[in-house]
Amino acid sequence: MAKMQDKVMIRLRDVDKCYGTNKVVKSLNLDIREGEFLTLLGPSGCGKTTTLRMIAGFEEVTEGQIFLEGENVEDKKPNQRDVNTVFQNYALFPHMNVEDNIAFGLVEKKVKKPEIKRRVGEMLKMVQLEGMEKRLPAQMSGGQKQRVAIARALINRPKVLLLDEPLGALDLKLRKQMQFELKHLQKKLGITFIYVTHDQEEALTMSDRIAVMNQGILEQIGAPEEIYNRPATKFVADFIGETNIFEAYVEEVMDGRIGISLEAGTAAVKAAGFHKEEMVYICVRPENLKISAEPVIDFNIRGKVKEHVFIGSVNKTIVELVNGQELKITTQPDVELLSMGSEVNLFWNEGKGILLHTKEEQIYNLIENTVKIEGGGDD
Amino acid sequence: MIKKLGKKLPTIVMIGPTFFWLILFVLIPLCYVIGISFLTKNAYGGVDGILSLQSYKDLFQSEYLKIFTGSLWLSLQTTILCLIIGYPFAYLIAKAPANRKKYMVLMIMLPFWINSIIRIYGWNTLLRTEGVINHLLIALGIISKPLEMLYTDGAVLLGMVYDLLPFTILPLYTSIEKIDTSLLEAARDLGATKRSTFMKIILPLTMPGIFAGSIQTFIPSLGLFYISEMMGGGKTMYIGNLIKNQFLSARNWPLGAALSIILIIITLILMKLYTRVGSLEDMA
Repeated sequence: MAKMQDKVMIRLRDVDKCYGTNKVVKSLNLDIREGEFLTLLGPSGCGKTTTLRMIAGFEEVTEGQIFLEGENVEDKKPNQRDVNTVFQNYALFPHMNVEDNIAFGLVEKKVKKPEIKRRVGEMLKMVQLEGMEKRLPAQMSGGQKQRVAIARALINRPKVLLLDEPLGALDLKLRKQMQFELKHLQKKLGITFIYVTHDQEEALTMSDRIAVMNQGILEQIGAPEEIYNRPATKFVADFIGETNIFEAYVEEVMDGRIGISLEAGTAAVKAAGFHKEEMVYICVRPENLKISAEPVIDFNIRGKVKEHVFIGSVNKTIVELVNGQELKITTQPDVELLSMGSEVNLFWNEGKGILLHTKEEQIYNLIENTVKIEGGGDD
Repeated sequence: MIKKLGKKLPTIVMIGPTFFWLILFVLIPLCYVIGISFLTKNAYGGVDGILSLQSYKDLFQSEYLKIFTGSLWLSLQTTILCLIIGYPFAYLIAKAPANRKKYMVLMIMLPFWINSIIRIYGWNTLLRTEGVINHLLIALGIISKPLEMLYTDGAVLLGMVYDLLPFTILPLYTSIEKIDTSLLEAARDLGATKRSTFMKIILPLTMPGIFAGSIQTFIPSLGLFYISEMMGGGKTMYIGNLIKNQFLSARNWPLGAALSIILIIITLILMKLYTRVGSLEDMA
C-alpha cells in the first residue's frame, strides 16, 4: 500500500523446507513488494519462522529458490544478505552497551568512526533512546531492549527488515504502543518489513498484506480486510477473528442462489460456483450473525439463547442449536437482549455468510430435515 | 528449649556429619600444619616445641624463590596450553547434537575413573627410551637412536596438560553452551564474519568460563608433585616436590609446613578471585 509500483523485493519460488522427513514448509510461492508491510501469520509450527529464517539465511532452502531484488540468494551467507533481523528475544549482545550494540553492523562494515557516531545518534533519536548510550541491555526494560534491537537492525539500512515475533514478550499495553510505532516507522522509512506473528489482531492492525500459513502451506494472502471479510479457507476463517462455522450440504442450485441444509436447519443464500450435493462450510462472524424471535425469510435455523456475556464494548450471546453446536453472536450494547432460554431464529444478511468448498466432497445425510427452499421455511 | 532443639534437629542431622568430617580432617590438620610452621625442626624429623619464624625466613632464600617462580611458570604454561587445546574441544562438545553431547562429556570424564598416577605411568611406558614410541620410530626407520623424551621438562609439561585438561574443558564447555545461539545469528545477520563473531561475541561471553577453567587448572597444577617425579625424574624441583621432600627426606617439617601455608594462601587468593568473577557473571 505504501508504494503502488509493484516492484518485487523478495520472491519465493516453490520453496520447500524439510527437517529429516518432516516437511515444515511446502512449495511456498510468495512475492513481497518493495515498501510493503507483510505479515506471516499462523499458529506455532506453521512454518512462518522457518520461512523468515530462510530469507535471512539462517536456514537452507531444501527445494526452490529465494530471490532478493531478482537475485538468487542461495549461496549467500546471512552476513552477505542485505536484510536484517529483529529477533524474538531481541538477541542484544549482553556485554556491549546500547551504543556498541547499535553500531555493531557499521563497525563490521568498517564505516568510519564519525559516520558511525552520527548514525548511531540518528537511530537513538528515532527510537527515542537518547541519553541511554552507555546502558547495558541488562539494565533496560523489555520495551527499551526492543527499540535497541530495531535500531541495531535499521542502522544498516537494509532492503528488508525481518521481524520474528518482536513484540511477543511485551505486556499488552506496551505491545499496542509498539505496534503503532513500528507501523509508523515502516511508513516513514519505506523499508519492506516482513513480520512474523501468531497474533491475528497484531497482523490485522499493522500489515499491508497478510500471508496466512498453516502446516507449512500458504492458505491465503491478501489485505487485512480481504483476509477478514473474505477468508479463502476454513482455516483462515477460523484463525482470523472469531467465526461461527457451519457444515452444510447443497440441496439445490438455482440462478445465483443455493439452498443448503445444516444439521440444525436450512437456509437459502446467494452464492455462485457451487453445485448440487456438495458439502460446504458457511462462516459467519459473530457480529454478522443475527437472532430474531420472529421467523425470518430464507432461514430456518433455530436455537435457544444459552448465555449472555458482557465483554465491554459489545454484548456476546451464546446460542445453542438443536444439534448442540454453540454459536457466538455479538451485538451492540444498545440492542435489546432476548431473554435466556428463549427460542430464536438465526440469520445473516446477504453477503455476510462466507461459503467455502470443503476439501473432500462427500454426500451429507441430512435429507430428512429438508424444507422447501422457495417457501423460506417459515412455518 | 526442647522445642527449639526439635526444630533444629533435622538441620543438625543433615549437616552434622559433614561438619565433623571437616573439623576432623580439614580444620585440625590445617591448624596442626600452621602450628608446625612456627616451631623449630628436630634433627631426627618431627619438631621441637620452640617457637620460631626461621622457616618463614628460609622461604626467602634464593633457591626456594627460584623453585616458586619455576612452579608458577610451569603452572602458567600448563594453564595456557590447556586453554588452547581445551577450547576447541569444549566448543565442539557444546555445539554437538544433544544425544552425542552426553557421550562426549562422558569421554572427558572417563579418565577420572582411573587413578591419575597409573595414567601418568602409562605415559612413562610410552615415552621412555625403551618405550613404545621410540621402538615404533626406530622400527619405521624414522630415527636410528632413541629420543630422550622422558625425564625432560617437556615431558613434565605434557603430563601436567594431560592430567588437567578435563578441568579446563568442563567449565569452558559450560560457558560456551550457555551462549544463546540467537546472539551468534544476530552477529552474522549484522554482517560479521565467522572470525569476527568469534572474537567479538563468543570469546568475550566465554571469559567467565576461560577464567574458571584457568583457575581450576592452575590451582591443582601448583600442588602436583608426582608428575614432575614420574615424568621429569625429579630433575627440576617444583613446590610440590619441595614440600614432599621437606617432610619425607630433608626432615625439615617447619619449612615444609611454611611452604604449604604459602601454597594455601596463593590458592585462597585465586579462589577469591574466582568466586568474585562468578558473582559478577551472575549479575550480568
